[in-house]
Amino acid sequence: MSVTDILSMTAARLGEAISAGEVSSVDATRAYLDQISRVDGEINAFLHVDEDAALAQARAVDERRAAGEELGPLAGVPVAHKDVFTTTDMPTTAASKILEGWQPPYDATVTARLRAAGMVILGKTNMDEFAMGSSTENSAFGVSHNPWDVSRIPGGSSGGSSAAVAAFEAPVATGTDTGGSIRQPAAVCGLVGAKPTYGGSSRYGLIAFASSLDTPGPIARNVLDAALLHEAFSGHDPRDATSVDAPVPPVVEAARRADVAGLRVGVVRELSGEGYHPGVLARFNETVETLESLGAKVVEVSCPSFTTALSAYYLIAPSECSSNLARFDAMRYGLRVGDDGTRSAEEVMSLTRAEGFGPEVKRRIMLGTYALSSGYYDAYYGSAQQVRTLIKRDFEAAFENVDVLVSPTTPTTAFPIGERADDPMAMYLADLCTIPTNLAGNAALSVPAGLSPDDNLPVGVQIMAPVLADDRAYRVGAALEAARNDTWGGTDLISKSPYSPQAG
Amino acid sequence: MSAITRDEVAHLARLSRLALREDELDHLAAQLDEIISAVAKVQEVAQGDIPPTSHALPLTNVYRPDEATPGLPPDQALAGAPAVEDSRFRVPQILGEEE
Repeated sequence: MSVTDILSMTAARLGEAISAGEVSSVDATRAYLDQISRVDGEINAFLHVDEDAALAQARAVDERRAAGEELGPLAGVPVAHKDVFTTTDMPTTAASKILEGWQPPYDATVTARLRAAGMVILGKTNMDEFAMGSSTENSAFGVSHNPWDVSRIPGGSSGGSSAAVAAFEAPVATGTDTGGSIRQPAAVCGLVGAKPTYGGSSRYGLIAFASSLDTPGPIARNVLDAALLHEAFSGHDPRDATSVDAPVPPVVEAARRADVAGLRVGVVRELSGEGYHPGVLARFNETVETLESLGAKVVEVSCPSFTTALSAYYLIAPSECSSNLARFDAMRYGLRVGDDGTRSAEEVMSLTRAEGFGPEVKRRIMLGTYALSSGYYDAYYGSAQQVRTLIKRDFEAAFENVDVLVSPTTPTTAFPIGERADDPMAMYLADLCTIPTNLAGNAALSVPAGLSPDDNLPVGVQIMAPVLADDRAYRVGAALEAARNDTWGGTDLISKSPYSPQAG
Repeated sequence: MSAITRDEVAHLARLSRLALREDELDHLAAQLDEIISAVAKVQEVAQGDIPPTSHALPLTNVYRPDEATPGLPPDQALAGAPAVEDSRFRVPQILGEEE
């Protein structure tokens, strides 16, 4: 089997090929490691790659299979792992100088489940520092580049993961989604990304940003691969107090079923209009027509509180971050600056945090400290929590009449690196459509809707489903994917990426 | 009128334990002012008797069985420490001379 064959395969097919003995996990892993060394100089998707460790994991899977062990559908398949999940055998930095070189003493639950599934962790992917950002420009270790146009951002915060998958440096990757950090990078890189129901995937060992919102999820080149990865690392975890003690929604079955006949689809009126690229809206409208042609019943739905979601999010998330990041105190792990014997612990702490955190992290810590401080608490944090209630009510009312809601995933295609780097409010708008779902905790999936006629860059469409009805979003996503692939010449959109092995 | 003054920003930096430079404070004061003015929109919507939501899903406290499980051994717990002495975290002085 040629390297091009291996890299072009879906993760589902690669898992089958490994299982059938058509290719070994070692060969598959080597093909991806070679692709990383070939292209990552241009893409900068990875913060850390350990070739020997990856090959050792692959060898172990091959040996288990040779010994006759029954392994899961992704056993032997390589995966790129966001650097926000702890790993005992690789550094974990959350792309921050304050954690540079830190090797955690325990594995995140998501990490442990990837290992248990027999997946081969190729390395750790770049991200916005502590997952705060929409472009990877806030990484302390350099920006990642969008494989469709390397002068543009790959989205964020899981932008190293989206860049890696879109550049065929990994078949699938993990991400985390606090305000859109899986769906937006997936959308701008022409990929599939899922934000599971809050609590459906474990936060244990995930470096915390905003604990009431943080949700691990998959990034993949197609819907079935995303579903397989989703299923591999999700499910109840006693080590996470907010983990949902319920079966994982049947996402793989839904991805295989891929039909929308009779399904009621709501188009969210508030998530379009001013600020949206015409090319994004054109692809979105086309997607809605496709859903109708597939037998879905489409209606317009109003969710008036969604227009205030961005404001509520930029109070709630910074408030939680200011509390969570207090743990970086220069005492037990991470960076310590200025400990010369004359300074107090508090002075050392303040110097370390000023040097170890980047500008966006400082901005959010201070914003959160402000929103939580006495005299302002009710006006800002309190009001934001009330808006959160209104957003939940909007979703509940909408889901009484429709099965899923749809919108563009993000208002624009990938923007040029540097364009919004020092304009926080402009950057925050990238999450306009994705944030309501985080605040309400329900499930959402982004799938490719084609290339924008404006600039030939990928556009994503978002499918939102009720809490613990993740499978419904996968069902719609897979039906759309099948219909769209017919128009793209029988392949996924991503095979048209400049880094696709078929592009030669 | 600005939503936040330069002095308030300096105070926030102290509360946040961030020893920021003067130029950082200037830059942040302008940006925080813009952001706070924008997000203040929540106050217009959050009128009346609306209960707050702190978590996406309703939560009740969860207890695990009270069973002893091994913790991290000292060498692992201390492996990432900036400074170690006698199998303990060594930290700078916590109290000043007069305290």
